[in-house]
Amino acid sequence: MSQKLLLNAKEIEIILHRLACQLLEKHSDFSETVLVGIQPRGIFLANRIQKILMEDYGLPEVKTGKLDITFYRDDFRRTGKTLEANKTKIDFLVEDKNVVFIDDVLFTGRSIRAALTAIQSFGRPKEIELLTLIDRRFSRHLPIQPDYNGRQVDAINDEKVLVNWVDNADEDSVYLVKK
Amino acid sequence: MSELSVDHLLGIKYLKAEDIELIFKTADHFKEVINRPIKKVPSLRDITIANLFFENSTRTRLSFELAEKRLSADIVNFSAASSSVKKGETLIDTVNNILSMKVDMVVMRHPNPGAAVFLAQHVDAKIINAGDGAHEHPTQALLDSYSIKEKLGEVKGKKVVIVGDILHSRVALSNIFALQMQGAKVKVCGPKTLIPKHIEELGVEVETNLIKALEWCDVANMLRVQNERMDMTYFPSTREYTQQYGVNKKILDQLGKEIVIMHPGPINRGVEITSDVADSKHAIILDQVQNGVAIRMAVIYLLASKIKQA
Repeated sequence: MSQKLLLNAKEIEIILHRLACQLLEKHSDFSETVLVGIQPRGIFLANRIQKILMEDYGLPEVKTGKLDITFYRDDFRRTGKTLEANKTKIDFLVEDKNVVFIDDVLFTGRSIRAALTAIQSFGRPKEIELLTLIDRRFSRHLPIQPDYNGRQVDAINDEKVLVNWVDNADEDSVYLVKK
Repeated sequence: MSELSVDHLLGIKYLKAEDIELIFKTADHFKEVINRPIKKVPSLRDITIANLFFENSTRTRLSFELAEKRLSADIVNFSAASSSVKKGETLIDTVNNILSMKVDMVVMRHPNPGAAVFLAQHVDAKIINAGDGAHEHPTQALLDSYSIKEKLGEVKGKKVVIVGDILHSRVALSNIFALQMQGAKVKVCGPKTLIPKHIEELGVEVETNLIKALEWCDVANMLRVQNERMDMTYFPSTREYTQQYGVNKKILDQLGKEIVIMHPGPINRGVEITSDVADSKHAIILDQVQNGVAIRMAVIYLLASKIKQA
């Protein structure tokens, strides 16, 4: 197994600020916009973006939730093992809101497909956008593309993109891991 | 652990402590799901479940039906009263006929102990025991423990007394297994005639004095006297039973501590508990009912994950 560093902490910091600015440009005061991190790994990115928006750009409140998609996945009974759920926590109504899905890596697009179904249980959003840190090009199974993207990566199927956050792995970094 | 160790839910005694943990963890997520504006997930949309009730039930049947519907399963219902069982069909024939219509899972209540185990050995479907005679009622015991955990933080180390008709109760037996597996201490309390001989061998203590039992416990699980299963007289009169084993507000107030009152339903108000107790803040009877749906969703989901994709 070998791994190659794609992004270091400094580069990630710059990208996060850029993504936050792009969100600000479109959603200005975030009164009608909510962030939804996709479990399990999108929540770290969602929390970071929320923090930047509130601390560095002075927004009083950016509503942020966690959405688990386990019960909406299309591979139930197909993986040979039980799919374990994570916590969903959405303490606000998404009816008529602009929802921004946040996930670390966009790969096949199937998670986002599941998330699009899952969010409907909480109301009918006005609009849904997608923000990702890493977009693995050419590996999509569904017609899903990010609206805000950190970095495009060309990786072949048996390679894995590993995203670490200070919150779960002591450092911000992105690696391309070869099996 | 991320998978159940069993292929069917036939009784608590076949489970491991980790299975119960996994079921509770999964139920937490489903409890959140059933409190959403839209209380339904699509996980089981290609699974068909048959609910076979060879014995009457309101709560359990409704609870299973809701759980199945909220998981998007297709369901067929069957009750013995309106079926060919009355015409002399055997259990295996009835079930095999239903299974040939491509059913993946069977939820069954049956008056004979062991009916679910028997079925699991002879038919090719996941079986959930929804009560077999006076043997086991595993989902009830799971939701009881889950409700205790929710109310008191954990089950381990808690003292639980099961009061009433232990002899005819599948709820009592499943609860004893489940509570002990999670490290709780269990006593049973009731008239000697309604406590099975040798029950001490299960590691439970017998207490015939209700007040002493209540003073000892953190949780009292009040069972109904199952008149319909009684083939002889076990106590002189309902009035006398209530005087000795009925819980009322006065008794609770005199305890000097707060205990949790549970009841698997249906309640005979004024017999095993009075209305003011059933409707008090001590009682978590309606929480039990709500948790029942989440627990059954968890069990069905976890068992369905083990059905191989055709």
